[in-house]
Amino acid sequence: MSLLLRYREGILALIIALMVTGISLYAPPFGTLSNGVGVLNDTAFLFMMALAQMIVILTRGIDLSVAANLALTGMLTGMFNMVFPDLPALIYVALALAIGGGLGLINGSLIAFLRIPPIVVTLGTLAIFRGTIVVVDGGSQVNTSDMSSTFAGFPKLELFGLSSVFWIAAIVAVLAWFFLGQTRSGRGLYAVGGNPVAARYCGISLPYQQMLAYGISGAVAGMSGYLWVARYGVAYVEIASGYELTVIAACVIGGVSIGGGVGTVAGTLLGALFIGVIVNALPVMQVSPFWQMAISGAVILAAVIINARAEGRALKLILPEARRAAAQAKR
Amino acid sequence: MSDHPTTSPQSRYTVADRAPRKLSAFLLRWESILVMMLAAVIIGNTLKSPYFLDPFNLADATYNFSEKAIMALIMALLILVREIDLSVAAIVALSSLAIGYMGEAGYGPLPLIATGLAVGLVCGAFNGFLVTRSGVPSIVITIGTMSLYRGIAQVSLGDQALTTYPQRYLDLGQSYLFDWPPTPLSFFLFLVLAICFAVFLHKTSAGRQLFAIGANPVAARFSGIRVDRIRLILFTVSGLLAGLGAVLLTARIGVMRPNIALGWELDIITMVILGGVAISGGVGTIGGVVLAVFVLGLATFGLSLMNVPGIVINVLLGLLLIISIAAPIVIRGQSGRR
Repeated sequence: MSLLLRYREGILALIIALMVTGISLYAPPFGTLSNGVGVLNDTAFLFMMALAQMIVILTRGIDLSVAANLALTGMLTGMFNMVFPDLPALIYVALALAIGGGLGLINGSLIAFLRIPPIVVTLGTLAIFRGTIVVVDGGSQVNTSDMSSTFAGFPKLELFGLSSVFWIAAIVAVLAWFFLGQTRSGRGLYAVGGNPVAARYCGISLPYQQMLAYGISGAVAGMSGYLWVARYGVAYVEIASGYELTVIAACVIGGVSIGGGVGTVAGTLLGALFIGVIVNALPVMQVSPFWQMAISGAVILAAVIINARAEGRALKLILPEARRAAAQAKR
Repeated sequence: MSDHPTTSPQSRYTVADRAPRKLSAFLLRWESILVMMLAAVIIGNTLKSPYFLDPFNLADATYNFSEKAIMALIMALLILVREIDLSVAAIVALSSLAIGYMGEAGYGPLPLIATGLAVGLVCGAFNGFLVTRSGVPSIVITIGTMSLYRGIAQVSLGDQALTTYPQRYLDLGQSYLFDWPPTPLSFFLFLVLAICFAVFLHKTSAGRQLFAIGANPVAARFSGIRVDRIRLILFTVSGLLAGLGAVLLTARIGVMRPNIALGWELDIITMVILGGVAISGGVGTIGGVVLAVFVLGLATFGLSLMNVPGIVINVLLGLLLIISIAAPIVIRGQSGRR
């Protein structure tokens, strides 16, 4: 138990567990397995997008354009599907990854090579991506009736009751864990965020790491775009409007430091799950959905302020071993 | 080497009060570039549409940006000291909600205005309190309070709207303050506030302190500047001006919905960044922000006169933002690469 509490992830997991228990006691349907599956399916998009956003925030950046990227890539794959229906679904996934990744690399090159602050670049591309949707489709929609069965059916496939979107999010999480923990490039992301000058002297290239981070962020957003459009059966200008802030909120609740260099896959997933549980609990508890925004705002504030107090004492440590060693020493 | 009168000949270094004046430096100043952009926008629009240079049309065009422009002034100061307030649009929503309820309760214009300003002030002070006490970056805090404030408006109002306001209050937003030249109240307030902010920032020692904080907050603290108190005041004023924005906006459109002013924070930040205020702090002028307000406002107005859809205008403004920030970097990189 004390081991659990030593890590922020442990505390967050405990809070979520208490919340789920409390809500289930109040509204028993919430505690059922099928509802749990529903929550996971529903939060799958947030899992992936929050992980990708974390990778960007690790480098001291921020990507405000993810939701616009999602909408644009979703629209483009939807229109591609109208021209080339009935291709295997994986082709649509690959196409979405490529379009989204390309859009992300536009962000990346403006940030890495022109050295424009990330918040400025992605604020600009947020408007540009979103507006481009109208330019390409002339203000119309892509509806379910326009989608081929392979295109629309893929996100509804299920394995053990969990949707393919969830399994893709799970694959993204495993890849992110491996990439961030076990590869040179992944560790480099922590290094450039933790101390850019020291990273430079170690021969880690900041432009390379930034291109990588924004490319990944864009690719994940793009793939989510296809899955989103196919799952909800509609592509239009406004989809996922404002979603970038929910994604960033998930990261912040999960303990990702906006100052860069601090963040874990587990923490980010728990942060996303936290929001997912709240969003799904409100209707079960017969609370008006209008409460969702106020509650998540209050939770973000509470989470970051508690985090800040914890962080004030702990040092920023890059390697998990060093963090464990420090925890040992403190004990 | 220098003809500066206060420098003694023994001194090895010359510390001038200001950079030497050169024509090329003057022309490459951000404000000069903005003036050229503004001239281009005005000339282009005048050639394209005969309705552009009509005083009444221009006066009506100012309605669309004056409230945001007022909030951009204080956002410029916040960004100058390396802070940011993403919750301003949500504060507009919450203030407007309070104004709406006061209107429903049958109060007159003055209580309505006072309520709007007070709610904004309290929200802004709460932001400032959290930022200065917790040490969490203001971008995170204000993402949280943004959800909180707009969330409260959503909880209270749901999918309803508030539409009962006294006529004298609505007149504030819907009629001209002077008939000639036609000047809406919101635009007049923007001009007055812009002058106040410019004098404060560029002509007072308190204003200079903001530059010091933006350049290096730690050094500023060690030189005796009360950094946290100034941050608290700036966030409070930001809330107050968001309250003022709510007063003007609610009077203008005469209806309060929870999605009022949605996304304004990004429009306002665009104005400030295009105005040449560095997001990394310590650099910027009020003159630049005012010019950027006019460039963005008149470009939007001109494009809508040409029947360009709003969302396409957003694309063009997004491009304008990135290109205008990127171009000087590219030009400088070519000429002075080390």
